[in-house]
Amino acid sequence: MSYLMIFIAAIFVNNIVLSQFLGICPFLGVSKKISTALGMGFAVMFVMTLSAIVTFLIYYKLLVPYNLTFMITVIFILVIASLVQMVEIILKKVSPALYQALGIFLPLITTNCAVLGVAILAIQKQFGLLSSVCYGLANAMGFTLAIVLFAGLRERMSRTKLPAVIKGTPIALITAGLLSMAFMGFAGIGH
Amino acid sequence: MSSQTIQNLTRGIIRENPTFVMLLGMCPTLGVTTSAANGLGMGLATLFVLILSNSAISLVKNFIPSMVRIPCYIVIIASFVTVVELLMAAYLPELHAQLGIFIPLIVVNCIILGRAEAFAAKNNMFQSVLDAIGMGLGFTIGLTSLGIVREILGSYSVFGWSFAGEEAYPMLLFIMPPGAFIALAGLIILVNKLRGVK
Repeated sequence: MSYLMIFIAAIFVNNIVLSQFLGICPFLGVSKKISTALGMGFAVMFVMTLSAIVTFLIYYKLLVPYNLTFMITVIFILVIASLVQMVEIILKKVSPALYQALGIFLPLITTNCAVLGVAILAIQKQFGLLSSVCYGLANAMGFTLAIVLFAGLRERMSRTKLPAVIKGTPIALITAGLLSMAFMGFAGIGH
Repeated sequence: MSSQTIQNLTRGIIRENPTFVMLLGMCPTLGVTTSAANGLGMGLATLFVLILSNSAISLVKNFIPSMVRIPCYIVIIASFVTVVELLMAAYLPELHAQLGIFIPLIVVNCIILGRAEAFAAKNNMFQSVLDAIGMGLGFTIGLTSLGIVREILGSYSVFGWSFAGEEAYPMLLFIMPPGAFIALAGLIILVNKLRGVK
């Protein structure tokens, strides 16, 4: 598979949030404003690309030679947790404003299943190093695209009057459903 | 049993239901509930991990320095998830193939880490197991009911038992990704209505 196809497939056709259901928690939680959604998207992009490289090296240089591949879940989650910690420290130093804005959600990238999911999927698909990096970056871009579009919709929606029973999560889920339906229009491209 | 004990058991099932009220663990909730059986399988796997992790964490909580408690909890949870994954691959290979990537991802299910931090780290083993059973059952009920709704609408069957003829055209949308969001929204609206949200 060419690298371009990896990008198109991961961003549009099999969007990680809207068709694979990974990373739903931040998708619903940090999508009330476009600016924070964008910040979260970039944080995920950084962590996911970095973790794609690190997990690839650990899997093929450490786990495979020592026959420890069944430890994949334990090792990968630890690696990702430490990476997130590192990003948090860097962001605190480099961009305090963004650090303030993301607040509690940055440590939550650890429990963002998208990061661990993409790392494991890249191994399952038996990608090479460069493909894995492309796959990580492409999925993170798909995540960012979905969350920013969704935040745009929610910003407009926050000014409308709604019945109490569908306010908040239900209407957000219906919106996500419609967005997911729109992305289904890409299905079939690349097959 | 004291009233507090009973409350620990029932809290997760109704008042703090992880799926409909707390909205935790949304990824498996939406991702695997294409049929009732898959929802039930995922729910039971999570229940199993939750009972093991809650009891283990309540036992070792006094030996873990509070600075590094979260990484320790994650390692404990990840080990149990690996156990469940290997057992499932050996004895339930069909379900294992259906649930796929979502089995290793039980480790990042917010319910499990959330209960470890909010409950097991402060209570004894017996109470923690009760809490895990309650929360796990609540999650299982949530996933199974969403699975039933999606299976009825999306393939006109319940637990694989089809109630429509060959000619029927079910609403395929509901077993596709958009249907997951919309079906869950419908169930939450229903629960909100029943809870009397004004």
